[in-house]
Amino acid sequence: MAKVAMTVNGRKVSRECEDRTLLVHFIRDQLSLTGTHVGCDTSQCGACVVHMDGKAVKSCSILAAQAAGAEILTIEGLAANGELHPVQAAFKANHGLQCGFCTPGMVMSAVDMINRYGARLDEKTVRENLEGNICRCTGYHNIVKAILAAAAEMGAAGRQAAE
Amino acid sequence: MYATNYHRPSSIAEAVALQSASNEAKYVSGGMTLIPTMKQRLAAPSDLVDLRHIAELKGISVNASRVRIGAGTTHAEVSASPELAAACPAICHLAAHIGDPHVRHMGTIGGSIANNDPAADYPSAMLALGATIVTNAREIPADDFFTGLFETALEDGDIVVAVTFDMPAKAAYSKFPNPASRYAMTGVFVAKAQDGSVRVAVTGAGANGVFRHAGLEAALSADWSADAAAGVTVDAGDLLSDIHGSAEYRANLVKVMAKRAVAAA
Repeated sequence: MAKVAMTVNGRKVSRECEDRTLLVHFIRDQLSLTGTHVGCDTSQCGACVVHMDGKAVKSCSILAAQAAGAEILTIEGLAANGELHPVQAAFKANHGLQCGFCTPGMVMSAVDMINRYGARLDEKTVRENLEGNICRCTGYHNIVKAILAAAAEMGAAGRQAAE
Repeated sequence: MYATNYHRPSSIAEAVALQSASNEAKYVSGGMTLIPTMKQRLAAPSDLVDLRHIAELKGISVNASRVRIGAGTTHAEVSASPELAAACPAICHLAAHIGDPHVRHMGTIGGSIANNDPAADYPSAMLALGATIVTNAREIPADDFFTGLFETALEDGDIVVAVTFDMPAKAAYSKFPNPASRYAMTGVFVAKAQDGSVRVAVTGAGANGVFRHAGLEAALSADWSADAAAGVTVDAGDLLSDIHGSAEYRANLVKVMAKRAVAAA
């Protein structure tokens, strides 16, 4: 057991946990932030994606201890002042989800790729960058549309996905 | 996952001391293989010595024609490096196609080569580029480094500090990813050095891990063309057969990936 401290969604947090505690369990069980999901638990599906120091990572494959001292952003930290983040709004507007289980990871991955690519983001790049996120409902089409719409909304010259 | 003790050193010397204090300690860098393996209880290190916060393991430099990549450099950093894009774009391409974006934000070149997964991408680049693996104790030529499935010439306590190689005249990597795992079913890295010598390394296909292919090297030395690669006989005898593909299938993939790599170089 050791005290693990980090910043989550702008708030400094500190909890006692075992060294083997995974970051996703620290976030869900210790901090009660249950928006970050455990899907496959084998690093495939991306339902657990959060940002660590500004980069998308799979929180089921990282120990909380490895993240000590880091800035963590989860799905709960995206909306500001009661307003959905543009990526969340775009997922809603484009019906980029069905059951919604993969959505937190999808949204966090989308924000990460828009951060990295900005104006260079196009449909092919979006699809390549969804490699680490699995959705079993949508066929991805509306997710891709939502991400491109959000990129355009956020000032990147994203193009609408081809029909 | 079994219980473990986490340590975060800030220097190589401190890391070695922590590792040697326990006979069941393991180094962890990005942890993209080790943590999932621990979750499956296939590994149970008593102690984890985290190498991510050691400045000596970071950084990319190109001096004249010598390239150096710090072992702690992530796949994302390699793929996005302007210095490497100028010196050896093939390694940027390779790094950009490991795993997925989230894995590439954590996984490191040092971790990949130290683990020497038989389907990992980086070992083929190290072998084809004739790289040198620099550890805290010595320098090991890539030809001597990769010794078998998940086996390397690293000794207990050794930390990979960096890899260095000469900028090639031409190089490219082509892989056929497993459709589910995206690990290389077969990946071929071709490199033509500044002196004209050719090295070809194959990952994902060998029954004993990454290997150089003498036939392809001879053919491409004589004639650097996809047609020359197409004329080479690839023996299925030493190749891997598993549920994903037979040795004969992989033998054909070696040739096809070699042709594609030469065409892309």
